Amino acid sequence: MPVPDFEKIFQDKIDGEIKIEPKDWMPENYRKTNTRQISQHAHSEVVGMLPEGNWISRAPSLKRKAILLAKVQDEGGHGLYLYSAAETLGMSREEMINDLHSGKAKYSSIFNYPTLTWADIGAIGWLVDGAAIMNQVMLTRTSYGPYARAMVRICKEESFHQRQGFDALLVLSRGSAAQKEMCQDAINRWWWPALMMFGPRDTESTNSDQSMKWKIKRKSNDELRQNFVDMIAEQIKTLKMKLPDPDLNWNEERKHYDFGTINWDEFWQVVKGNGPCNKQRLDARRKAWEEGEWVREAAIAYAGRRGERMARGG
Amino acid sequence: MSSKINYTLHLADNALILGQRNSAWCGHGPVLEQDIAITNISLDLIGQARSLYQYAAELTGGGTTEDSLAYLRTEREFSNCLLVEQPNGDWAQTLLRQFLFSSYQFYLYQYLQCYSDTRIAAIAEKSLKEVSYHLRWSSEWVIRLGDGTEESHRRIASALDELWRYTGELFLPAGYEKDLAIDVAALEYDWSKKIKNVFAEANLTVPGNVFMQTGGKSGMHSEYLGHLLTELQYMQRTFPGCEW
Repeated sequence: MPVPDFEKIFQDKIDGEIKIEPKDWMPENYRKTNTRQISQHAHSEVVGMLPEGNWISRAPSLKRKAILLAKVQDEGGHGLYLYSAAETLGMSREEMINDLHSGKAKYSSIFNYPTLTWADIGAIGWLVDGAAIMNQVMLTRTSYGPYARAMVRICKEESFHQRQGFDALLVLSRGSAAQKEMCQDAINRWWWPALMMFGPRDTESTNSDQSMKWKIKRKSNDELRQNFVDMIAEQIKTLKMKLPDPDLNWNEERKHYDFGTINWDEFWQVVKGNGPCNKQRLDARRKAWEEGEWVREAAIAYAGRRGERMARGG
Repeated sequence: MSSKINYTLHLADNALILGQRNSAWCGHGPVLEQDIAITNISLDLIGQARSLYQYAAELTGGGTTEDSLAYLRTEREFSNCLLVEQPNGDWAQTLLRQFLFSSYQFYLYQYLQCYSDTRIAAIAEKSLKEVSYHLRWSSEWVIRLGDGTEESHRRIASALDELWRYTGELFLPAGYEKDLAIDVAALEYDWSKKIKNVFAEANLTVPGNVFMQTGGKSGMHSEYLGHLLTELQYMQRTFPGCEW
């Protein structure tokens, strides 16, 4: 009996747009890459709760407070689906969280920037969620089934968040001089970090070719970044604000906006842990986890005892 | 009319202050599922506060809004009970505060859903669905912590020592409650029964002979409230008269 060529069957499925499911055979590196990417995405959702959470207590109106709470709560929910999707590849949530806390696993660098004013909450919704959506829409078609399905749900909520962020900035852009200034300042600070969210230039991205062949990714970093610039360069006109890039110009020949050079030194510094809030973000996550330990232990002890009682019929 | 406004504000302040307290857990909970649960409760409470402030604003008139009531009154004008403004402490203290308050709110809203003011009755009826969940969730946690490990039992017992003194005020009618003939004292019987049942499962005993602190309902607060309001009201105080 001939030995089946697992690798070929796997690649045929991918080429035929059939999703890979948890019990299917897959190359070890496909499993590893997906585990890394999905868990990193889950961590980003959870760490991402912190910069926005920083403004919940000070939201300027009850309506904005409710919107912000609901948004940050949604991010926690996204973290949950993503941890579950990653668990289907064989790694437990606890292991993933330990990797985050030890610094072994990464999360999106954007969350290592501080939220200094209320306008940052609008700018995060509009620019950061806007950039995330570009990537996530692509991921609804990623080859690993559980990840693709989680992304479909997440994308619906994210587009809603982006509109809410834009709406918050629109109010500021039509408000007092101080509000306008706050709005422009936030855009100035978040624009370049948002562009960095798409990752290194294609020429320097190490995992890209294999990920494209396996359809984990379907568009390159630079392609997605360009789509984002094109979208935002139009949307900012409604806000009557400016993007902080003197080289931003419509290029009639390319049918795209040209834009200036990203500060890649800053990008790599933040990745390495030297961003303004890397330490605070990880400290906050570790603190919550350590201080929650007795709570988790109590829940396990109680569940165990209750199980015994039920088994005894009591 | 002013008693009705004051009473509506009292209900709204309770919900807002506890919602604000709980919201500080968002992103910092002991496990993701519970982080989401406490944030959800915070969101429900802020939603209740909004409905009540909107009604109080309509009754007051003259350009009053839900936000002017939440953001521009001083600590002496807030009439929430002392219980809800107490600090979060650890998870045990937050949970016990929620349980003591949700069980009170549960019986109160049951009573208010038949109240003669149809607007308050409607808000109570709608909120009761949420509060039933808050009560179930917090009861389960009180039991889990009371009957969990030695440490969790010690922590919830110490939270009880801390918070019990703020429960007496819930059943002492303030002036506006007397004026409107809202019989809060009558709620104590059901409330106590509920507390005792849950405490029995949690291996906790109801403290006896504790001096009860009062004053929040008539604007005499603990020192904590001023700090809470300073943070809550920061934007509206710094940038007066803006749209957000």
